[in-house]
Amino acid sequence: MSFKDKNFRIVGKPMPRHDAWEKVLGNVSYAGDHEIPGMLHVKVLRSEYAAARLIAIDTSAALAVKGVETVLTAEDVPNNETVTKFGQTHTVGGFEGLYRVLAEKKVRFFGEAVAIVAAKSPEICDEALKLIRVEYEPLEGVFDPAEALKPGAYLVGEDDSNLICQYKVRKGDIGAGFAKADVIVENTYRVPQVDHAYLETECGSAWLAEDGVLTIRASTQVIEHFRGIAEVLGLPQNKVRVIAPMVGGGFGGKEDITVETFLALVVFKTSKPCTMTWTREESLLSHGKRHAYTMKYKTGASSDGKLVALEVDILSDAGAYVYLSPWILLYSTVKATGPYNIETVKVDARTVLTNNIFASANRGFGGVQVCFAYERQMDEVAKALGMDPLELRRKNFLHQGDALATGRVLEHAVETEQTAINVRKMLGEKTVSDKANILIGQGIASSMMSYGRMTFLHDTSRSYVSIELDGSVTIRCGVQDIGCGQKSSLASIAAEVLGVELTDVTVYFGDTALTPLAGTTTATRQLYMSGNATLKAAQYIRDNLLNKGAEVLKVAVEDLDLADNKLVVDSDPSLAMPLAELVKICASDGVELFNLAQFNAPAREFMDFTTGQGQVFADFTFGSHGIEVAVDTDTGKAEVLKYVSSYDVGQALNTLSAEGQIEGGAIYGLGYGMTEEILYEKGRALNANLATYLIPTAMDVPDIEVDMIESHGGIGPFGAKGLGEPSSVPSAPAFVNAVCNAIGKSLSELPATPERILRALKN
Amino acid sequence: MNIEIKFNGQTKSLTVKTTQSLLSALREDAKAKEVKDGCSEGDCGACTILMDGKAVNSCLVLAPAADGCEIVTVKGLGDASNPSTLQRGFVTSGAIQCGFCTAGMVVSAKALLDTNPNPSRAEIREGLAGNLCRCTGYQKIIDAVECAAQKNNS
Repeated sequence: MSFKDKNFRIVGKPMPRHDAWEKVLGNVSYAGDHEIPGMLHVKVLRSEYAAARLIAIDTSAALAVKGVETVLTAEDVPNNETVTKFGQTHTVGGFEGLYRVLAEKKVRFFGEAVAIVAAKSPEICDEALKLIRVEYEPLEGVFDPAEALKPGAYLVGEDDSNLICQYKVRKGDIGAGFAKADVIVENTYRVPQVDHAYLETECGSAWLAEDGVLTIRASTQVIEHFRGIAEVLGLPQNKVRVIAPMVGGGFGGKEDITVETFLALVVFKTSKPCTMTWTREESLLSHGKRHAYTMKYKTGASSDGKLVALEVDILSDAGAYVYLSPWILLYSTVKATGPYNIETVKVDARTVLTNNIFASANRGFGGVQVCFAYERQMDEVAKALGMDPLELRRKNFLHQGDALATGRVLEHAVETEQTAINVRKMLGEKTVSDKANILIGQGIASSMMSYGRMTFLHDTSRSYVSIELDGSVTIRCGVQDIGCGQKSSLASIAAEVLGVELTDVTVYFGDTALTPLAGTTTATRQLYMSGNATLKAAQYIRDNLLNKGAEVLKVAVEDLDLADNKLVVDSDPSLAMPLAELVKICASDGVELFNLAQFNAPAREFMDFTTGQGQVFADFTFGSHGIEVAVDTDTGKAEVLKYVSSYDVGQALNTLSAEGQIEGGAIYGLGYGMTEEILYEKGRALNANLATYLIPTAMDVPDIEVDMIESHGGIGPFGAKGLGEPSSVPSAPAFVNAVCNAIGKSLSELPATPERILRALKN
Repeated sequence: MNIEIKFNGQTKSLTVKTTQSLLSALREDAKAKEVKDGCSEGDCGACTILMDGKAVNSCLVLAPAADGCEIVTVKGLGDASNPSTLQRGFVTSGAIQCGFCTAGMVVSAKALLDTNPNPSRAEIREGLAGNLCRCTGYQKIIDAVECAAQKNNS
């Protein structure tokens, strides 16, 4: 009996996380906790205009302040403008974006970095920042993507158009599809720009190592930005090292470069160590946000509830720089239909530059916005047909073997229907209101969210596993641990395969110098990618141990297993040998007890953008959320009474941790549904603090009932699927569907604030 | 100016500026890096410490005001050889993800249980409303405090 029979000792059990003790004891040194003797403090001067021409910058008075070491502007940066790159990917066209370290020529958003100061103390930095004279010529700017597309619109960048890119999907004859429809439902959905609001703001330190390697220790989801940083400085890639200690929350907001290039520049210019931590206001003003979208949905259905036509138009506000906007738009384009099989489909999507804060990755990566639209639209179609919303969904869900509108066939497990049935059952009968002003409503929403990067990027991950002479296990893997258990999952896999306890494993992670590169901690890819790489490496060592064990004990390999730090003989327990003893024999005989394995994701050709046909994703995680609300018709306040969530997780690595992802994802998404929105006045964010940008508190949310289906049908280790992003996708539409069910009116805009609910009630 | 505090059971003298926050004094001068800075404005609770037994946002307290006070951080509640029931509860309940809010959250929970040893789930939610967590959705944190309360009372 071995892990191959799914008779797990560790995998699939509720276990304390591997990294829990160090965190609860206060022992973890996060990126902002690191001190180096003599280190300089670094601060940024940020633009107070959303659109302006930069005429001149005078830094002389700032430089004259005692204790100021250096003041840097764009002209001090060896390569101030480069092209964005994300990880060790196959080069594909159409996704390039300008990466500009410090503002040059034109300022594009309020909060953009214009200059940096390095000084002996933060107070001296502040004094110097005030003395930098920047001459701006204010420009009109453009803040609405529809306006930005009009002829003669203000140009955000240096190109002759604000349009970044557009994609389309075509399936069948859309005209014929609508001609067959008995009902046609048309709505426009709007979702705002929102922030990640991780508790740890952007921070890090940097120094020049004795061998001349410029070393940066930063809060990041992507240590492989060392390549981009090297390019900015004009250094060889192997002269820049990036270390990511435990990250205090990422959610996509630390996927782009934040503090790294500023710190690297100061070390490059001064050879002195330095540190930087962004204030909460800076964090809210200057890292990438989730894109605001306007989405027009037109759906045709036959009277029996079959979806025969869907026409979608998506307009995405990319903000001031391109960053990941084209990738995110592609995610939205492919996922615009949701987990539904629709006869004819026409999707058009565009993303456009404006002078708002730039938008980039945020948990769900373009899958979240369209889920709000397609799941609100399903309820509106159900209403038009007089059909139960679950019934309508069940008539149209995609199943294993069906094809997406892009032609991509779903080869792996698709349990969406079961998750939807489960959440409906878990919600139970509607609570009966005993007050005239309290209306009760229930809503469900289902979603399809990919895990793993786009297949034409030819993604890879590497992990090194070794077993030490005392039988303890070491993993070296370049994952960034952003709090979802990236490190803990790898420890679980190695412990399971090598028959040791979780606490017998030590994981070194997140260091471009010392841990094999494992790609980005983004796209819900680390369990899938680095989990598979770790499984492969551990399996190699296991095979070597078992082969030697069979030779020593003169038994068949098939009769052997590794469990409880022992080599176990299934047919004769008395023959068991301590693992450490077997390891010593292997070491003495030269048997390899280490392995560096690489896992390659299935690689595909680039999607055909003229037809929108081709494979973009390797697999998806399917799930559903169900919410019951009580709406106060006097105040518009919607209180969540019940929250249920069901996912096919494939195989949970650690059930406690998987539940934690599902619960946390639900509440992250509920904030998007209820309160979160960056409010703007001509590009200036009005709520750049946590007193006015409201994320859920413990009092705002209920307990969540979690249901996990284990289909073993994922392509991660042991059949696992990814949960990080998928767990958050359907929260907002489930919430708004519940509110609409309660009040009998339609809402098409996020967040569904009390004001918006009251307005809907009055219409 | 000089202040003297009792810090996690030990007397400590610190030289602070009159305008300096206690958070800054603890992190920069006392090197108590377990106290986290999430906003410096009293909105997130990451810097919560016990000051004479009461949970406070250390970013909102001026360092001179702490002169003569007893300050306890998460490290003062327990260590690897002798963790507190709350710390144990956070680990076994799966209440920790990124961990950045954890130090403040555990301290707030300690203050709650000191005044209300047997809180309901609703009372725990209310007691922790000043501490933001973006990862967990709070549920396993509530579980952890409930679990610790039961252990303390048994």
